[in-house]
Amino acid sequence: MTSERPTTLLAELTHRCPLHCPYCSNPLDLIRAERELSTDDWKRVFTQARALGVLQLGLSGGEPMIRKDLEELAAHARGLGLYSTLVTSGLGLTRARAERLRESGLEHVQISIQDADPEVAERIAGVSSVKQKMAAAAIVRELGFAFSVNVVLHRANLDRIGAIIELAAELGADRLELANTQYYGWGLENRASLMPTRDQVTRAQAITEEAIRRYKGRMQILFVLPDYFEQYPKPCYGGWGKLYIVVGPDGKALPCHGATQITTLAFDNVRDHSLEWIWQESAAFQAFRGDSWMREPCRSCPRKTVDFGGCRCQAFALTGAAENTDPVCVLSPDRGMIDAAIAEPSESPEYRYRVIAEPQRA
Amino acid sequence: MSLTEDSVPLLWRLARLDFDPVRNRPVLLYPEGAVLLNDTGKAILELVDGRRTVREIAGILGERYQTDVTADVSEYLSHLAERELIRDV
Repeated sequence: MTSERPTTLLAELTHRCPLHCPYCSNPLDLIRAERELSTDDWKRVFTQARALGVLQLGLSGGEPMIRKDLEELAAHARGLGLYSTLVTSGLGLTRARAERLRESGLEHVQISIQDADPEVAERIAGVSSVKQKMAAAAIVRELGFAFSVNVVLHRANLDRIGAIIELAAELGADRLELANTQYYGWGLENRASLMPTRDQVTRAQAITEEAIRRYKGRMQILFVLPDYFEQYPKPCYGGWGKLYIVVGPDGKALPCHGATQITTLAFDNVRDHSLEWIWQESAAFQAFRGDSWMREPCRSCPRKTVDFGGCRCQAFALTGAAENTDPVCVLSPDRGMIDAAIAEPSESPEYRYRVIAEPQRA
Repeated sequence: MSLTEDSVPLLWRLARLDFDPVRNRPVLLYPEGAVLLNDTGKAILELVDGRRTVREIAGILGERYQTDVTADVSEYLSHLAERELIRDV
């Protein structure tokens, strides 16, 4: 049992997506359409989430616009009093659908931009998409949604961060999220092609800090440093199972979107259990709550209440045990593998693009 | 950003004042975030309309509570302005 109440639910409505970005935060093992939750399943999950204390809802994917019931889900969320964000590539966000979403009470739209250079943007997305994104941004702005632009940063676009910030301002964004690639799942597969140099990160940070001051009061800019270049790991959403729930397209409930890669844990499904039971009782959500699971150097470290040992998914993916200290931490005995990854000679960007695997023939 | 008594505060276009029946608390909701409020915070934000000055808001609340709250109101709104949840119009 925990007295904590979650504040945020990320609903990954589908893994289907027209884009193939090589740093996608979805798992490598993508869920096919026939395994997706129904409209009624999602409505029940939203209702249960609200009762559990959730205030913020992310309608995400894959590309959530692919779900034909998106308007119905957004209306249900608004009726519950949730503040909803549509996390979209912008593809499929036609004027007609945007108007219906506005009527359904959706408040906030976040559109991803891959780069300020259209050619590089489309090489990253693996598909022609820039024109549609620009059109979608104009519609979102015109209809009066709260509007965020999200950009994942990596070696191929970091040097244009100034132009990216200007582009977001031209599009009329209220918020701009500049998030360096996180190396889990697809990002880890493509790490050698995505990893920036320290020089790139330092220059980009300086340009961004100047822009944050310049745009204050007009466009809020958030910059997430790449954890590989920091001394201490990121706190995982304020600690495992503390504030955040992700529900995948097939109904699996997770403490973070990358958690399925921790293959030593079994995650319960909202088809079988209430969200409250999963939050309070399920073994997976309890696994890394508090600090009794910690090993050294975390266990006796004063920073354990600051970063909670870092990211469990990263610890598992890189060291093979989710209980280990996140290897990003300078106090981790495994920090050497992070330094080696940063120092690796850069390969030419031959991405392994994100695709949903065809079903195996029997 | 620090507000003066002559500042005219306005809630960020993206933020919305609501009530959370689960925690039984007023709450300020905005993209990717939420601030749980106490009754005083709610009383201040309910008077923020993009027309009243900090001094006028403090005046109304001062009458209600029979004490000078100018410094408290100014500090509270400045704190939210620092977080870009309040703008000075």
